[in-house]
Amino acid sequence: MADFMQFALSGVTVGAVYALIALGFTIIYNASDVVNFAQGEFVMLGGMGTVFAHQAGLPLPLAALLAIALTAMIGIIFNRLAIETARNAPVVSLIIITIGASIFIQGVVQIVFGKQIYRLPSFSGDTPIPLFGANILPQSLWVIAGAIIVFIALWLFFTRTMTGRAVLATSNNRLAAQLVGINTNFMMTLSFGVSAAIGALAGVLVSPITLTSYQVGVPLALKGFAAAMLGGMGNPKGALVGGILLGLLESFTAGYLSSHYKDAVAFIVILVLLSVKPQGLFGTKTVNRV
Amino acid sequence: MLSIEGLRSRYGRIEVLHGLDVTVNSGEIVTVVGANGAGKTTLLKCIAGVQPVSAGQITFRGEEITLVPAFKRLSRGLALSPEGRQIFTNLTVEENLRLGAFLFADERVERDMEDAFVMFPVLKQKRNLVAGGLSGGQQQMLAIARALMGRPTCLLLDEPSMGLAPILVAQIFDVVKSLKSLHVTVLLVEQNAFGALEVADRGYVMETGRIAMEGEAKALIEDPRIRETYLGI
Repeated sequence: MADFMQFALSGVTVGAVYALIALGFTIIYNASDVVNFAQGEFVMLGGMGTVFAHQAGLPLPLAALLAIALTAMIGIIFNRLAIETARNAPVVSLIIITIGASIFIQGVVQIVFGKQIYRLPSFSGDTPIPLFGANILPQSLWVIAGAIIVFIALWLFFTRTMTGRAVLATSNNRLAAQLVGINTNFMMTLSFGVSAAIGALAGVLVSPITLTSYQVGVPLALKGFAAAMLGGMGNPKGALVGGILLGLLESFTAGYLSSHYKDAVAFIVILVLLSVKPQGLFGTKTVNRV
Repeated sequence: MLSIEGLRSRYGRIEVLHGLDVTVNSGEIVTVVGANGAGKTTLLKCIAGVQPVSAGQITFRGEEITLVPAFKRLSRGLALSPEGRQIFTNLTVEENLRLGAFLFADERVERDMEDAFVMFPVLKQKRNLVAGGLSGGQQQMLAIARALMGRPTCLLLDEPSMGLAPILVAQIFDVVKSLKSLHVTVLLVEQNAFGALEVADRGYVMETGRIAMEGEAKALIEDPRIRETYLGI
């Protein structure tokens, strides 16, 4: 039983990270129908940026804020240079552009910061807290709290604010959105900025636990993508539930089966899902009458 | 109110508008009729700002708007109800209408929505349904209602009767006529030349990117060439 709780707690922690990444996918997908595979690089940039700003002498909270702000800027520049200029290309081409951007960002970081693995100090020490007969790291609580707060903020944004509605309208019909007075270019800028900031936040929160290097982005992006697909692409609730579910599945597989199979779980989930329920747990089937 | 001078526009290398002059006075219903492919839709898209203009200028309420981005034109009073029912298919009817009033956050939004439901009662029945599930005619009504939610002083209507059952066509033209009492100026583009000329004050006939004829709507209906070419009489 203690084992079970321990696996569950670490599953929720990892799941919260996946949820944050999936939420990042959700925003850009909602604004543009594009699945942004550079999302993992935003996570990497958040972690790496904080490490180097901290090493340069900034206090940790300030270093984290700086890294998040810089990553948001990079997200906005990425949109302007790579996505906006290819606006009339099919969505598939845009997705391939995001893969290219992912490789490019990794390359630059590798040249500038090197290939070493870096660690951030934990925010509130490393003394495990006993919980339900198992132990949880204080940093895990930071990660989980981060995911929940971002989820609530995004959920309110998309359901309660006019700007959130405008983002959804932009993805659904860009022409019609312009005609009702929505600045669609700004909505895209906003989405990439916010999405990159959320990715960077995930990177800051998780780096004390998982360590960081120039190449942590791709596996995280794939897991986050699996989580978003599992919950239903485009739905913040789906991103949260999908992320936590995937984290739990991974953790239990590693604990009870073998940690060798841990990484396979995400891909098995995608495969099963695509054949059984392609719209995900909370996704809606799109109805179009012609 | 709206004046277009020497308007040219192209898709890639192919020019589709070869220098048009169109004027719409305040309070008028003006129609542009013509065959498929004459460039009518392109004309409206240029006025709404979603199609690039290669030469000429567009003036609206005394200000040149040729280069004003599309999303800023509605706040100046210019709304387009586009061809092919460009609605938000995965949002509900009510959400579509509220987005039509995206620029406004006052109590008039609710009043305008009630007015829209009076104008199109079927939308009221379906207000909480996803717009993508509406029939073609209902989507067309939603597109017009949404454009009106933006409180335009001038409404550009692109083929509102396209693909509709005859009874709905009559209903749509009645709505167009009723806009006059709401002090909305209308520029109506139609293939259904007879219906359009019946509700309009003046009309233009477009042929392959040029204005071939213009005049009072009544005179155009009586014109033998128009009757033969466009009205099939």
